[in-house]
Amino acid sequence: MNIYVLLKRTFDTEEKISLTGGKINEDGAEFIINPYDEYAVEEAIQVRDAQGGEVTVISVGTEEAEKQLRTALAMGADKAVLINIEDEIENGDQFTTSKIIAEYLKDKEADLIIAGNVAIDGGSGQVGPRVAELLEIPYITTITKLEISDGNVSVTRDVEGDSEIIETSLPLLVTAQQGLNEPRYPSLPGIMKAKKKPLEELELDDLDLEEEDVEAKTKTLEIYLPPKKEAGKVLSGEIKDQVTELVQLLRSEAKVI
Amino acid sequence: MARKVLILGETREGSLRNVSFEAIGAAKLAADGGEIVGVLIGEGIQSLGAELIQYGADRVVTVEDEKLSQYTSDGYAQAILAVIEEEKPEGIIFGHTALGKDLAPRIASKLNSGLISDVTSIEETGGNLVFTRPIYSGKAFEKKIVTDGIIFATIRPNNIDPVQKDETRTGDTSSLNVEIKDLRAIIKDVVRKATEGVDLSEAKVVISGGRGVKSEEGFEPLKELADVLGGAIGASRGACDADYCDYSLQIGQTGKVVTPDLYIACGISGAIQHLAGMSNSKVIVAINKDPEANIFKVADYGIVGDLFEIVPLLTEEFKKLKVNA
Repeated sequence: MNIYVLLKRTFDTEEKISLTGGKINEDGAEFIINPYDEYAVEEAIQVRDAQGGEVTVISVGTEEAEKQLRTALAMGADKAVLINIEDEIENGDQFTTSKIIAEYLKDKEADLIIAGNVAIDGGSGQVGPRVAELLEIPYITTITKLEISDGNVSVTRDVEGDSEIIETSLPLLVTAQQGLNEPRYPSLPGIMKAKKKPLEELELDDLDLEEEDVEAKTKTLEIYLPPKKEAGKVLSGEIKDQVTELVQLLRSEAKVI
Repeated sequence: MARKVLILGETREGSLRNVSFEAIGAAKLAADGGEIVGVLIGEGIQSLGAELIQYGADRVVTVEDEKLSQYTSDGYAQAILAVIEEEKPEGIIFGHTALGKDLAPRIASKLNSGLISDVTSIEETGGNLVFTRPIYSGKAFEKKIVTDGIIFATIRPNNIDPVQKDETRTGDTSSLNVEIKDLRAIIKDVVRKATEGVDLSEAKVVISGGRGVKSEEGFEPLKELADVLGGAIGASRGACDADYCDYSLQIGQTGKVVTPDLYIACGISGAIQHLAGMSNSKVIVAINKDPEANIFKVADYGIVGDLFEIVPLLTEEFKKLKVNA
């Protein structure tokens, strides 16, 4: 089975966020594999181990994404591809990224493509379905279970808490929801092996794409931090009186009930 | 600049979801006097058209087919693309719901257009329609515009005000015939796990439990409080990891993002992972034994103490309020 994983290097949003010159300050910040993409890597490895085949992890970004790709290789992926757009594209959007990925994948005869359902930095969750549409293959988003036998696929999809059991076939793109699996930590031998695994680096040119082919359709005008919340009111006194006071406050001060 | 804007009405158990009315509210801002066309897709949905019009749509187009009785990306994409081709809108608004998140990127890709997801407010400034959306798990916001092609956005439930319902408003509901073919994925079964009635992502009140709830049974007093307030139950990752409840209830960076009017956190310490999913709630109440708990830093009101003592008292107090009202 020919399996591809779409992986994004993201800012760890558990970090403190600050702005410098109108942009998110990345100095000294921790970067990670987008957590939902980690589920995707794990699932790809499990499917390969059960069905045979090969797992290729793709990332669109800058040279720095090599670190996260190596981590995926250390977890057990076979190959990695970094499409480096640093020099050509300053302000891409989801249209840009999906167009590039689809262009790379169009002649790869992928059986299964797995992505995270959303990236925790940009939070738009568009790239998976967009890539599937460009490749004209079906997709199922936010999956929590994937079973494949003889080319038949059964998927459990999380729909705002309910589960849909869906039957479909390959080729297929799915996006991972939390609960799909428990991603493994790279083992020491895995990390050693990852250093020798192939990591191909491509640029737009290699995909026969021009900058204008992938020019963003949207633009960010401004990034800002939410106003700092003032410390709330911690009540005191007898618990019973606090409860009465709280209900009154919610009613007369906060006016939410 | 007046624009024709299309909104997708979304149903749940046969009724329109609130987010559909909020989408009309968003469309009003985007249309700038232009026509707002509501779209309904499904089976037996004709009668819901009038309600969309009462909430501000000028006209409604329905696409009905037995293959559309349940949402599938393939079925709905064919239906909505047929309407788009017929209507040629300049703007499209969906809810940022499970359906909208699944469908909108595909439609945007097909239309070769941009898409601004998870929008929490819309304004017209300097001739530009500016969309605000949270990024970095709600720790920052960005303002975006569409630079090329159709204006397409999904809106986060509970953030954009719907237009006041006007029962005297009338308009035309017409149906469009679309031949739905080739569903490549078939829904075999649906397992309902979400709490009955109130939808967590749309709830005006959310009662949430953390590790402090201690067990599955520990959620009972929270459920009683939620019942009285017409709210939904949520949970922290800690409570889900400990198996006190289903992952479908998880609120946080992984899990759902909610922005209710009132969020009551019971026995939740307030890890950053959790705050990412609820810190934009309008009013936050924290109940926790530990006065140093992080949750008190984001709470508007806090009570330090045992949730098993406090929550039932709260339920009683709210019940009294209801009787007196």
